[in-house]
Amino acid sequence: MTNQNSKDILIVGVGGQGTLLASRILGNLAISQGHDVKLSEVHGMAQRGGSVVTHVRYGSKVFAPTVDAGSADIIIAFEKLEALRWIGKLKPNGKMFVNTQEIAPMPVVTGAVAYPSDIEGTIANEVPGTVFVDALSMAKQAGNAKAVNTVLIGVLAKHMDIDKQAFLDAIKATVPERFLDINIIAFEKGYNS
Amino acid sequence: MTKKLMLGNAAFARGAWEAGATVAAAYPGTPSTEITENVATYDEILAQWAPNEKVALEVAIGASFGGARALCAMKHVGLNVAADPLFTAAYTGVNGGLVIVVADDPGMNSSQNEQDSRFYARSAHVPMLEPSDSHEAKEFVKAAFELSEKYDTPVFVRSNTRLSHSQGVVELMERADVALKPYVKDIPKYVMMPGMARKRHVIVEQRMNDIKEFANSTELNKVEMNDTAIGVITAGVTYNDVKEALPNASVLKLGMIYPLPAKTIADFAAKVDKLYIVEELEPFFEDAIKAMGIDIIGKEIFTLQGEYSANMIAKGILGKQIDSRDAGVLPMRPPVMCPGCPHRAVYHVLKKLKIMATGDIGCYTLGALPPHEGIDMCVCMGASISMATGLEKARGKDFARKLVAVIGDSTFFHSGITGLVDMVYNGATSTVMILDNSTTGMTGHQDHPSTGKNLKGDVAAVIDIETLVRGLGVKNVRTVDPFDMKALEVILKEETAREEVSVIITQRPCALLPQVPVLPALHINDTCTSCGMCMKLGCPAIERHENGMWINETLCNGCGLCVKVCKFDSIKKAGE
Repeated sequence: MTNQNSKDILIVGVGGQGTLLASRILGNLAISQGHDVKLSEVHGMAQRGGSVVTHVRYGSKVFAPTVDAGSADIIIAFEKLEALRWIGKLKPNGKMFVNTQEIAPMPVVTGAVAYPSDIEGTIANEVPGTVFVDALSMAKQAGNAKAVNTVLIGVLAKHMDIDKQAFLDAIKATVPERFLDINIIAFEKGYNS
Repeated sequence: MTKKLMLGNAAFARGAWEAGATVAAAYPGTPSTEITENVATYDEILAQWAPNEKVALEVAIGASFGGARALCAMKHVGLNVAADPLFTAAYTGVNGGLVIVVADDPGMNSSQNEQDSRFYARSAHVPMLEPSDSHEAKEFVKAAFELSEKYDTPVFVRSNTRLSHSQGVVELMERADVALKPYVKDIPKYVMMPGMARKRHVIVEQRMNDIKEFANSTELNKVEMNDTAIGVITAGVTYNDVKEALPNASVLKLGMIYPLPAKTIADFAAKVDKLYIVEELEPFFEDAIKAMGIDIIGKEIFTLQGEYSANMIAKGILGKQIDSRDAGVLPMRPPVMCPGCPHRAVYHVLKKLKIMATGDIGCYTLGALPPHEGIDMCVCMGASISMATGLEKARGKDFARKLVAVIGDSTFFHSGITGLVDMVYNGATSTVMILDNSTTGMTGHQDHPSTGKNLKGDVAAVIDIETLVRGLGVKNVRTVDPFDMKALEVILKEETAREEVSVIITQRPCALLPQVPVLPALHINDTCTSCGMCMKLGCPAIERHENGMWINETLCNGCGLCVKVCKFDSIKKAGE
């Protein structure tokens, strides 16, 4: 039920995967494009391997820092099960970018329940046109498995009406200097996938 | 003017800096922690971690009496700990400005209850402001310092998880040049014994009357007149949700939330046809406004629990239902102890020995979840030790032979020490386990009195936990590496059997600390029989697949705990 003038992006994943950095890159990107921006992050207990969601909203004027159910223009999912968990946030015509990585949650690890089968099929059925990528393999090729976040930003960049250079500048403004090279390579891998 | 995207908590800190504050003290607590971490980045402010919120507020009060502008930040439950100095500081008033930022946690993202700190403002007679975004977070801290000195009172600024942990655009300004105020001895003002406190209480009430007048004129409260069919009174982050859900409604946005601006509210109510109150948690505004005789709708349509959203407000007021996809029932993903976490070994051994544990607040609270289910109760900071004493009083010494209290190092300093003093003094006999991981873990790795560093990163005195515990009169003190599970098992058996208080310090640094090396991931070879012993550790890196066990190499940090529990020697290092 959020205001129609804003662009609402949800980044979902598992605590520790680097969703926070991805949202901050998008925040700096939106500022560079002259927008008002709000980001909502997760700190504390949920960061310990729990389900995490960060919100990015930008536009001429943004009030709420969070994306409501049925409101997200874009969902970027760092993990398949989390993609499905948060699908209710997507607008009817929203778009999803999903890393095909699987991370078993504790109830699956302990054998209490099974990891859902064919999540990709379920999502493709609910949201036709969803982009699935193996961001983990690309991050490893770039030199660090933790660069999944910039791979996914690269994938997103290819599908957005914002200059590629603006994305690169936002990465430079956000990522610590010593990790920059790997993250630029990771971004390019995502962009060219 | 520089504009910057800033976390709410960073903006609170910037506000203190721009206001010319020179002292800040706090104990970490989600969602307030980053306020003081950010304050510490400014050279002009002497910022410190205190062992708990009571000490932190007392440091800030002393600094204020000494003429400095002082900031003290805490989470909502931290304010319970600091409540004692708070109520009396309201009587003494201040010298330099004193601002207390308190962060509530609607929805309990990282807390054990959902208390509403606004009631502290009312019962302590301390004014409270509530910003709605990062820029206001900064500006309201500055306004709070001005109010504090103008009206000679501590001033609250209320935050919540969503504000503290959201980023918004902030306009940066220069630091005000505020001189240290002279210190003048003033016993009737600063010494609160009955004869003097009675006189101060009269001043407190006079002051509140003055501030009520101020509330009606301040620009901290904003009236936005639009369509008058619907009027909404709201504050804080919830204001933003109201603007998203009802862009055409008239809104009274309260910036000063205690005392309330009675005249402003009455004027606004008279201008709109139907008046709603939208406030998370308790009906704090609603009860006060109803007592003014104004007809309003609030908690009849809105819940006392959790965070609000624009959808929820649109549904409550407009009856609008937003359609969204349904993901169905999926496996939950609760937080877990990290791969390599030293606490995992402790819970593994406790479970093996069928020992019951009282729990405390920290990462080790996660031991309550499957597969360990290792703690039976958790209430508040420090309670593990005192609850164990109570359990023994209720159920006898035999019960204490299978009972331990589990508490972290930072939590022990916070409020575990007094519980242990009580055990020694009153002859309790259960065992206290201090899980010393050399940091305050859950809040994101803050230093504390035994880490050897202070908030500014400088070398600090080390208070050795073992020496401290012995000094309290505990004769049986054992220190062990929890990853030596065989030794831990022996020690636990011996100490719980003993009809005397014992303390076991399990010492191993948090796996996420930079000084802890990340070793190459382990792997499982084909001698694995899928017996499932390693699964009992509840390590997120070990998964059971159709064709046997598997270690997730992106999560494993090579800690080797699983190697110790595998009976078939099937878990190997890289290259083995």
